[in-house]
Amino acid sequence: MKQVLVVDDSAVIRKVARRILEGLHFRTSEAPDGKLGLAECERMMPDVILLDWNMPEMDGLEFLCALRKMPGGTSPKVVFCTTENEVGHIARAMHAGADEYIMKPFDQNIVRSKFQEIGLV
Amino acid sequence: MVDALFASSEALLVMRNTIARSPREAAPVSSVDDARASYVFARFRRQWAALTGADIGADKRRVVERRLGPVMRAHDVSDLFELTLLIERNGNEALIEEAIDAMTAGETSFFRDRAPFEAFRARILPELMAARGRERRLRIWCAAVSTGQEAYSLAMMLDEAARELRGWSLEILGTDISGAAIETARKGIYTHLEVQQGLSTTHLLRYFHREEENWRVNEHLRARVAFGRFNLLSSPAELGAFDVILCRNAVTSFAPEAKRGVLERLAGLLAEDGYLFLGDAETVDEAAPCFIPTAHPSVWRRRARPRPRLSLV
Repeated sequence: MKQVLVVDDSAVIRKVARRILEGLHFRTSEAPDGKLGLAECERMMPDVILLDWNMPEMDGLEFLCALRKMPGGTSPKVVFCTTENEVGHIARAMHAGADEYIMKPFDQNIVRSKFQEIGLV
Repeated sequence: MVDALFASSEALLVMRNTIARSPREAAPVSSVDDARASYVFARFRRQWAALTGADIGADKRRVVERRLGPVMRAHDVSDLFELTLLIERNGNEALIEEAIDAMTAGETSFFRDRAPFEAFRARILPELMAARGRERRLRIWCAAVSTGQEAYSLAMMLDEAARELRGWSLEILGTDISGAAIETARKGIYTHLEVQQGLSTTHLLRYFHREEENWRVNEHLRARVAFGRFNLLSSPAELGAFDVILCRNAVTSFAPEAKRGVLERLAGLLAEDGYLFLGDAETVDEAAPCFIPTAHPSVWRRRARPRPRLSLV
């Protein structure tokens, strides 16, 4: 069973995301911002990271750049999940090494579809 | 038996008026109401099958009433019986079109079910390109395209093979019985939710742009797809021959005879080495002699037509 780390400053979103991901048979863990997310990755590198953009301490893009420089940090698939839905934001995320991009609001079908795109479902 | 009780629409009108005047507390009225409702719905189902080919289940009355309720209210049509009479008499074209739109709003998405599109990209397209190397022409028909996602998905795949297809004439035609669906397909405008169903972010960035709150297919891709209204019960002969026909999840609700007719007509338009794509749960059983199964369960190849025998006089 693959491990997904949900990094989002909203407790509600983390709860919704975990419920959806567990419904798709993933194990889940969570972090409320980028810094704690990186600490979680140091402890145990997940298979997938569902990543918000706007968070305190360290935003999603900074998190992604730092992650990719960590030992083993190129292996997790990173899926942004954010309210930032302008073309420029999406292009920046993909250019920085994101594997997929989900625009909020999202549901289980969207998560499944995007995870299928990157071979996780 | 219920049909026999109400042999004509006039008899039913009399019954309806009688019921309207009857005291509601009288017990027999509700059974008459039920009988009338069953009769009306059976008659509606027959008319609908003749109009669209769709064989609506006898247990779907509530679903139909819910879907058609807003259309009937907008046109001041009191109930399903009045709508049935209007369809029979072709009495209100706009209403009938809106009813079709409401009833045929189907589920669709970009690259729906994935596997058929993968089969097209990996096996069928290369095979057809090799076979058509001389004429350098491919024609594809999405015969039940709904709001257009299927046709645009194919257009993206052909665009990705643009280098190999340079100099080819490529035609993608998308048709549907619903005028509203075709209008949406022509505009190529989709919501956040729609562009996140089946479509990768790479495809989204390459082939779409933002238009206010939505996403619109880029002009160069829209220009590669033509859309039009078409009822699968009609003769498609004037559309010409196709190398690939997709008719996915459209005939599944058709009565066997209507389905056989549609599949035979589609077979008649397929090139000798052409392919038919149906929905994942659909088969060609009713028109089995026309098709040969392939390695992919929802893709069929056309069976070669028997050559006419020369008779020696």
